[in-house]
Amino acid sequence: MKLAYWMYAGPAHIGTLRIASSFKNVHAIMHAPLGDDYFNVMRSMLERERDFTPVTTSVVDRNVLARGSQEKVVDNITRKDQEEAPDLIVLTPTCTSSILQEDLQNFVDRAQMDAKGDVMLADVNHYRVNELQAADRTLQQIVQFYIEKARKKGELPEGKTERPSVNIIGISTLGFHNNHDRRELITLMRDLGIEINAIIPDAASVHELKHLPRAWFNLVPYRELGHMTTDYLQQEFGMPSVDITPMGIVETARCIRAIQKVLNEQGATKDYESYIDEQTRFVSQAAWFSRSIDCQNLTGKRAVVFGDNTHAVAMTRILAREMGIKVVLAGTYCKYDAEWFREQVEGYCDEVLVSDDNAAIANAIARLEPAAIFGTQMERHVGKRLDIPCGVIASPVHIQNFPVGFTPFLGYEGANQVVDLVYNSFTLGMEDHLLEIFGGHDTKEVITKEMSETTDLAWSKDGLVELNKIPGFVRGKVKRNVEKFARDRHIAQITAEVLYAAKEAVGA
Amino acid sequence: MTLADAQPQALNFDCETGNYHTFCPISCVAWLYQKIEDSFFLVIGTKTCGYFLQNAMGVMIFAEPRYAMAELEEGDISAQLNDYDELKRLCDQIKRDRNPSVIVWIGTCTTEIIKMDLEGLAPKLEAEIGIPIVVARANGLDYAFTQGEDTVLAAMAARCPSQAPASEEEKEERGGLQKLLNFGRKKEDVAAEASEYVDHPSLVLFGSLPDPVVTQLTLELKRQGIKVSGWLPAKRYTELPVLEEGSYVCGVNPFLSRTATTLMRRRKCKLIGAPFPIGPDGTRAWVEKICSVFGVEPKGLDEREAQIWDNLEDYLQLIRGKSVFFMGDNLLEISLARFLIRCGMTVPEIGIPYMDKRYQAAELALLEQTCRDMGVPFPRIVEKPDNYNQVQRIHDLKPDLVITGMAHANPLEARGINTKWSVEFTFAQIHGFGNARDILELVTRPLRRNTALKDLGWDKLVKEDATV
Repeated sequence: MKLAYWMYAGPAHIGTLRIASSFKNVHAIMHAPLGDDYFNVMRSMLERERDFTPVTTSVVDRNVLARGSQEKVVDNITRKDQEEAPDLIVLTPTCTSSILQEDLQNFVDRAQMDAKGDVMLADVNHYRVNELQAADRTLQQIVQFYIEKARKKGELPEGKTERPSVNIIGISTLGFHNNHDRRELITLMRDLGIEINAIIPDAASVHELKHLPRAWFNLVPYRELGHMTTDYLQQEFGMPSVDITPMGIVETARCIRAIQKVLNEQGATKDYESYIDEQTRFVSQAAWFSRSIDCQNLTGKRAVVFGDNTHAVAMTRILAREMGIKVVLAGTYCKYDAEWFREQVEGYCDEVLVSDDNAAIANAIARLEPAAIFGTQMERHVGKRLDIPCGVIASPVHIQNFPVGFTPFLGYEGANQVVDLVYNSFTLGMEDHLLEIFGGHDTKEVITKEMSETTDLAWSKDGLVELNKIPGFVRGKVKRNVEKFARDRHIAQITAEVLYAAKEAVGA
Repeated sequence: MTLADAQPQALNFDCETGNYHTFCPISCVAWLYQKIEDSFFLVIGTKTCGYFLQNAMGVMIFAEPRYAMAELEEGDISAQLNDYDELKRLCDQIKRDRNPSVIVWIGTCTTEIIKMDLEGLAPKLEAEIGIPIVVARANGLDYAFTQGEDTVLAAMAARCPSQAPASEEEKEERGGLQKLLNFGRKKEDVAAEASEYVDHPSLVLFGSLPDPVVTQLTLELKRQGIKVSGWLPAKRYTELPVLEEGSYVCGVNPFLSRTATTLMRRRKCKLIGAPFPIGPDGTRAWVEKICSVFGVEPKGLDEREAQIWDNLEDYLQLIRGKSVFFMGDNLLEISLARFLIRCGMTVPEIGIPYMDKRYQAAELALLEQTCRDMGVPFPRIVEKPDNYNQVQRIHDLKPDLVITGMAHANPLEARGINTKWSVEFTFAQIHGFGNARDILELVTRPLRRNTALKDLGWDKLVKEDATV
């Protein structure tokens, strides 16, 4: 038993449901007690989904406990098959069905005899894998199912597409900014002259799956989802894949060069160098930002990064390599893939933390006192408590991290978004700091009810010059504090000396 | 067709497949840990339970709540680890970190299936660590959403003291709150206040309500000279009310049937079966029923109720003649439907997870009476509804408002159907005369919002009129 207040990755069935509900016309039936269908709430609320989430429950109640599910699961599958005619029904085990040890495969086989659509049992063990691993496995399972089905029927298409093409694998529902990343990757592929053969599982039909081998290569943007599928496709069809997450300017370029290599090995003659150069230097703002004086001010600032493998690694590298920020700690909750994480962040951070215990991370943040945190929703709350700004870079997230506006994290536009996120986090931190130096927040006592412009106090020329040196966003505040200082001491004219005396007084 | 033809002679009860969306009953920890300030809730279950709480409770989780998961691992399931040792280790830690006055163990589906003997382990561990341990089996195998509170309160009922503390010191210890209330007043004043009450056997109310509502309902009965001796639950575990044999008890919420049964059978209390104080009509009937049991002639209820209705007129104009469909997920449905019918709405269907016809008898009678008074057809009451079928019926009936869970709200709105999330009724203050407006505030919100948008021509936001 483990005392737990919070968890980073959800239970296995959530991963399976994310895959099933990403596909078009695929229905999931959970073998679960009443109330376990909160996945529908999450999808409906977080993604603001307009359609009914294609997930129902075959309810496990006392009767099932006493006598087994018997016909219930089979009936529920065949009923759903008739009602909505899905292409595929995925029977999804939960923690409850894991321990009941009913022969769910048998139910699937029996239901398949009556159902017009396909029926399959998701092969995930609640006690062995988490949401992310289960999603990876389920996607592979569905792909394999339809490849084998097509092969059996002799419907597997031969050969590759005429022009270079790609399968983008791993975009899914409830994934962090996945829908925006999807759009950005499509743009990137178009720019590179690469046709999209398929994007799975998001909005894909299972009928498309047999065409997967026609692509020249697979692109897996996220570490957590898609590798089992690409490994399978590599094994079956020798399909190469590119698994460099194009997040940040340097990694995006690396990803594009890997694509170039993969295509040219198959006979294409692509040269993306000028595209990369043009994008990096002139189209995207991220490279220019790193050079600008704004970013200079961030040099050596201390940051903590925590999240899933994909985003924590990419973010660590962006901060350290592209912005000169000191990453004092990089961490992940993907314990099952910790080795990869350590390799990837080596040389980019002082310390590595692999843990799914939110208290361990919170304590590390408190100990290190970074100027900013880049983490999940949980780290945002830690930041709130410790008064440290936080940019959210990875799931788990709340509804505000499913923005309506276009905010990818991948590709060149993603690099711009990351710049804003980083810069805003640090600026806010600096503003806070300046407020502190010049005497606190608005909660302090009010000096006059008038705006300070109408004050009777006079500012000398040099006083005004010094005042204008103070950054605009705290200037009004500083001005009021200095005037209060002067008024308290019956000083009629505020000179530069008075201003600095006021500052010192606050410091004292 | 006259109305009389359309009216069946009694309420019509159906039962469907039970394939509906609701919250898991462990969600009760979210409001109970806030209500019982010195408690700690330990949910003994899996990641599935934990993820539910974390997502359903949203922001509350970050306020360092007094609840946690005892997350079962494979070794616990296969009994490689010893349940008692494991629980002791966790409870020791809780005692060390939080020092609560009670630890409530919430049993889940998993502890049921692996038959973990929580009720057996608790007394042993309680003796060993010196903190009371209350066991409630609030699992999704047996219960829905608010019934979780019922299982906790039923377990708490066994912990209520059976007689008033005898010695002065003990009284001091137990009655901290009372002392605070009387603070600074002379003994005579307090005695004089007591005489404002008529002489009646002790009355304890059960059901967890926010403190302001507790005060309002307590004062409502005080107006009639009826003294509330205590509430189950109280603000603190150490202030649980005294339950003597023969005490009267009355429920304030429709989902407390186990608690009622426990109070009657185990504590030998007498249950006052009344409609629930939801809406001015319900509140009045509730007060009247309690008065009648104690032989008190209720005073001033006519004017009080009429005045509340007057204050509601602006909202009533928005909903009169409109129809509302309850998909059913929190057991408040009968009382809310009864109130809304009195407001002038029609209700084609009341979905409800579980219908205890005995515990809710007075409420059902009031519903029937209200339908007759208002001249509207009896609603169809569907126990254990089937959400898929309900959505078909909603498409046929085209109700003006659907009260439903969050899983269906957005999809229905996208199809041009007004919805209100049912969960809000569980967390809002809806009891007593003073809160009737809050119920209508919730009910009319989608109508008001959609009226504001109605000329924009965007009411249907899905491509084809979906098949379901």
